[in-house]
Amino acid sequence: MEYAAPTTVDEARTLLADNPGSRVFAGATDVVPQMRSGRPEPSVLIDLKRIDRLMSIAHNNGHWTIGAAMPTSELTSNGEFSSVFPGISEGAGWIGSDQIQNRSSLGGNLCNGSPAADSVPAMIASEARAVIAGTDGERTIPVADVVTGPGQLSLADGEFVVEFEIDDPPANTGDAYIRMTPRTEMDIAIVGAAVRVTMDGDTCTDARVVLGAVAPTAVRVPDAEAALIGSSLDEAALAEVAAAASAAANPINDKRGTIEYRVQVAGVLAKRAAVLAAERARA
Amino acid sequence: MTAIENPKTYKWVGTRPIRHDGYDKVVGKARFAADLNLPGQLHAAYLRSPHAHANIVSIDTSMAEAMPGVKAVVTGDDFPALDITDPNHDVSINVLARGTVLYHGHAIAAVAATTKAEAQAAAAAIEVEYELLPVVLGIDEAMADGAPLANEQNYQKFVGPSDPSNIATHTPLERGDADAAMAAADIVIEREFDCAHVHQGYIEPHACVVDTGADGKANVWASSQGHFMVRAITAAVLGWETSRIKVTPAEIGGGFGGKTTVYLEPVAARLSEKAGRPVKLVMSREEVLRSSGPAPGAKLRIKIGATSDGELTAIDGWMAYQVGAYGDFAGMVGAMSVASYKFPNLKLESWGVLSNTPKTAAYRAPSAPHAAFAIESVIDDIASELGMDPIELRLKNAAVEGDLTAMGMPHPRIGLVECLEALKASDHYQSEPAEGASRGVAVGFWFNIGEQSSATVNLNEDGTATVITGSPDIGGSRASMALMAAEELGIDVYSITPVVADTEAVGFTDVTEGSRATFATGKAVVEACRELKVELCRRAAQTMGVDEAEVEWVDGAAVSPSHGGEPLTLAAITAQAKRTGGPLTATASLNAAGAGPSFAVHCADLKVDEETGQTTIVRYTAVQDAGTAIHPSYVEGQMQGGSVQGIGWALNEEYIFSSDGVLMNPGFLDYRIPVASDLPMIETIIVEVPNPSHPYGVRGVGETGIVPPMATIGNAIKAATGVRMTSLPMSPPKVLKALGDAR
Amino acid sequence: MSRTHITCTVNGEDTDFLANPGTSLLDALRDELGLTGAKEGCGTGDCGACSVLMDGKVTCACLVFAPEAQGRDLMTVEGLSSADGVDGDHLHPLQQTFLEGAALQCGVCTPGFLVAAKALLDHNPDPTESEIRYALAGNLCRCTGYDKIIRSVQEAAVQLRSAT
Repeated sequence: MEYAAPTTVDEARTLLADNPGSRVFAGATDVVPQMRSGRPEPSVLIDLKRIDRLMSIAHNNGHWTIGAAMPTSELTSNGEFSSVFPGISEGAGWIGSDQIQNRSSLGGNLCNGSPAADSVPAMIASEARAVIAGTDGERTIPVADVVTGPGQLSLADGEFVVEFEIDDPPANTGDAYIRMTPRTEMDIAIVGAAVRVTMDGDTCTDARVVLGAVAPTAVRVPDAEAALIGSSLDEAALAEVAAAASAAANPINDKRGTIEYRVQVAGVLAKRAAVLAAERARA
Repeated sequence: MTAIENPKTYKWVGTRPIRHDGYDKVVGKARFAADLNLPGQLHAAYLRSPHAHANIVSIDTSMAEAMPGVKAVVTGDDFPALDITDPNHDVSINVLARGTVLYHGHAIAAVAATTKAEAQAAAAAIEVEYELLPVVLGIDEAMADGAPLANEQNYQKFVGPSDPSNIATHTPLERGDADAAMAAADIVIEREFDCAHVHQGYIEPHACVVDTGADGKANVWASSQGHFMVRAITAAVLGWETSRIKVTPAEIGGGFGGKTTVYLEPVAARLSEKAGRPVKLVMSREEVLRSSGPAPGAKLRIKIGATSDGELTAIDGWMAYQVGAYGDFAGMVGAMSVASYKFPNLKLESWGVLSNTPKTAAYRAPSAPHAAFAIESVIDDIASELGMDPIELRLKNAAVEGDLTAMGMPHPRIGLVECLEALKASDHYQSEPAEGASRGVAVGFWFNIGEQSSATVNLNEDGTATVITGSPDIGGSRASMALMAAEELGIDVYSITPVVADTEAVGFTDVTEGSRATFATGKAVVEACRELKVELCRRAAQTMGVDEAEVEWVDGAAVSPSHGGEPLTLAAITAQAKRTGGPLTATASLNAAGAGPSFAVHCADLKVDEETGQTTIVRYTAVQDAGTAIHPSYVEGQMQGGSVQGIGWALNEEYIFSSDGVLMNPGFLDYRIPVASDLPMIETIIVEVPNPSHPYGVRGVGETGIVPPMATIGNAIKAATGVRMTSLPMSPPKVLKALGDAR
Repeated sequence: MSRTHITCTVNGEDTDFLANPGTSLLDALRDELGLTGAKEGCGTGDCGACSVLMDGKVTCACLVFAPEAQGRDLMTVEGLSSADGVDGDHLHPLQQTFLEGAALQCGVCTPGFLVAAKALLDHNPDPTESEIRYALAGNLCRCTGYDKIIRSVQEAAVQLRSAT
């Protein structure tokens, strides 16, 4: 196995194309445990962290651009970003301990393809886009379209995510991500719920509801969104949100939670995230 | 030896000096076994069974032996076959399988190579042909008539059928007439409980370095709670005399009972012998969880009868402990650990039951936590049915000196009542729980043991001292040895160097377990110091020119009313040692009697999120009787550590097996021990009811702390939600389901 | 497989070593540089016993490939007593408070905690109890129940603030 640390996107693209079996990585927080548990070694480990573009964050022209390999600790400590997208920031912040946070990245968290990835639901709720580099140049697709199943991506051979784009939200918009883990830290989410709402006074005028860890990929819940839109997030509307979220959950039984538990808690967390997002929207 | 009167007049005992080995630990110099490296050392790796139960039809190591870097390969054939009646038989076949693999992860072969990666690659190239056998996993399944055997070499111990079975032990204990008392009781509550396997969770994986020389002698550095035990078992498994083996205890990164047995050393020794080079063998975290001994799982049915004014008149209990693939004694101890209440009528039976899962090992008060979870939960339900305060009910029934344990032994002087009173008077108990929180309490007990210890005390020429013992320090015991020696000799605790020496440099000492080090090894240290004081006085008498009988040892010096001059300090006497008779040293060895039981009472305030089932502890207090706290900071540390292990056991820790007997969560991600953000501060109250059988009144404190927490938390969850949780762990999915079922 | 030559700064000193690309930084520190303070408790980033600072940020050395250390500034527990203006003859306030506060029993998790606590106090000199607990949530301890560790960090924070 070899190691390479390209300093440009082109260099990285060439390395990936020229070395079958090679793999890009950022923080290695998933790569290392996978290699230790028997996953075959890549032919070349391509370290993306020396490419400035993949490690930076910028806000201009009405949108944010975040490098795919940038440590999430830099995202969460970016006060401006965290005040505009508290839900994405807290999702990214839940990926792991401080040690993990200094290595984990939005790109890694997405491209590991785990249904339980903590940063993904809120990214989808804010309609984030992934800029992908490959042999044919670059293309941009919604983050929601990157993961197609557990550990499966829609990326072609030789492609990797370079950066993320998130448009500034409309005024009076707030987002939130709440997850359920048995301990207060260090766990993979059993259920995750991200909600983004736009409020006009007490009335919700737009909503996105996205669940994590309860289906093969993160899932949007249109019925929950419909229940929020036009409502004042009263008890009846929230009950509908919860019911819709539970109905949209299609989880498995595994060592972290039962189907029953995930379905029930999906509803609880969707409700709580909606309330929190609305508070933030009104603030 | 009798306890010293007026304990408050101690000069050193009861103080909190910085521990002597602390500096090395905070600067990264302390040597744990995996930190040691010998020139030319090889690295070793195992081949482990992919099946939970199978006969080994053939093993072919030829490919592995030819691979790059490989210097030696061993299988079970490289070790003598011990007779089935040999006490080390089970450990020897656990170290490397012979003919049959008994659990997923059972070691089959090991390779020593120049690098770890080469050793692992070669181990993977060993070809094994298996004949699959039925896998036995559940307690009911294992105990059923006609059940397939988990281990065809297991025979029930002591009294039992002459055919092999899935029963390790059966322990009935009885007194009075429980059936009649139950029938006459005003209130009877019966519940069934179950507990998943949990692991001790020490942060340092098992590790050793072994150098077997061409002269056939092996030098072993091991992470272990008992290096004499490592020597004994390694010798037995190899078929060697113990004199061929020297074991040096490395610093140990946690044990909690899990390192009171042997996994690695015989394998490393044989590999080293074959290769002619030192061998380093370290378990990965996955190997630790898959293949080293967890605590047993259990099923318990507990029925308790009481009068309407809260007298607990009868207990009827059935307890089955799942002890893994070998006959283990854990099943006996559950019933034996019932000792906190008078229970005039008692009928208990506890079973050890086999399964195709790893050989269980001790874990802090082994088997008592399961029993206490069940019994303290039922007692709590009785208290709430009777409308009695849970502490008052326990005070009414608490065992005192002379009351009989379940085993029928009368308690010596004990401190349960004092602990209950201390909790009752505590700030925690006197305050209301925080808004939204509810409270639970529970009691725990552990016998503690004595066993054999040796200590040598050498007085150095300048009046400082070296205290040499053979008890690996797992909790700060070196500091306690130095404090007791300082108190005895009357010199500064920092003039004393406490050392844990290897098997060639100190007398035989049993394993650091059973909360015995400060008690038994402490006794040996004190005895050696007292022998030295006699000799010091004799030397002083000689120098002073007075009769030996007229010299006393006071405050670190020899004084005599007949000698008009100054007292002779220890340093003054040691300076003249050569002239007065030679080096000043003393050794004491004993099989310590009179270990004093330690009781604990815990209290937790917690909140339950009834929509997610998540429990948050907001306040926790541990009260425990230490007899005398030699070093209070390390007594508190034992109480806090045991409490938090118990909290993890209560809320989130469990072994999750597939239906094939494969452990699904062999890592710290999904085997969830508490993290710092899960917990509040753990308040501690040390009660001191001195143990009359120790010169300073010491009771072992290491283990009792893990016994009450699960019931403490279960009782608080009951208070918060009205639901009695009977299955451990009380994880969010299980709590939420129980809440739903109850509504 | 040929080994890569890596140059970096370790505990304030220019250092170099050889390592295979797939070797972890943890193994390189322990086996090539003899810095055995950082420990392997799990090898998968779940326990924090291998915590080191890389360019001032706390991270699990078991998750870092040795070549990533090229040109970086590393601190291990062995470098703590020359950090923050402490001279090598004295202990860093965190080391001192850990000893006085009995914040270690077996000591195997202690190096990781000391490094993580230093990272915390570097970024947040006046943390609340909750902030300390969350910052140290990536460090597992099985002996102490965390209580005395948290108190020792609080005390060290006071001392470091009053020293500046």
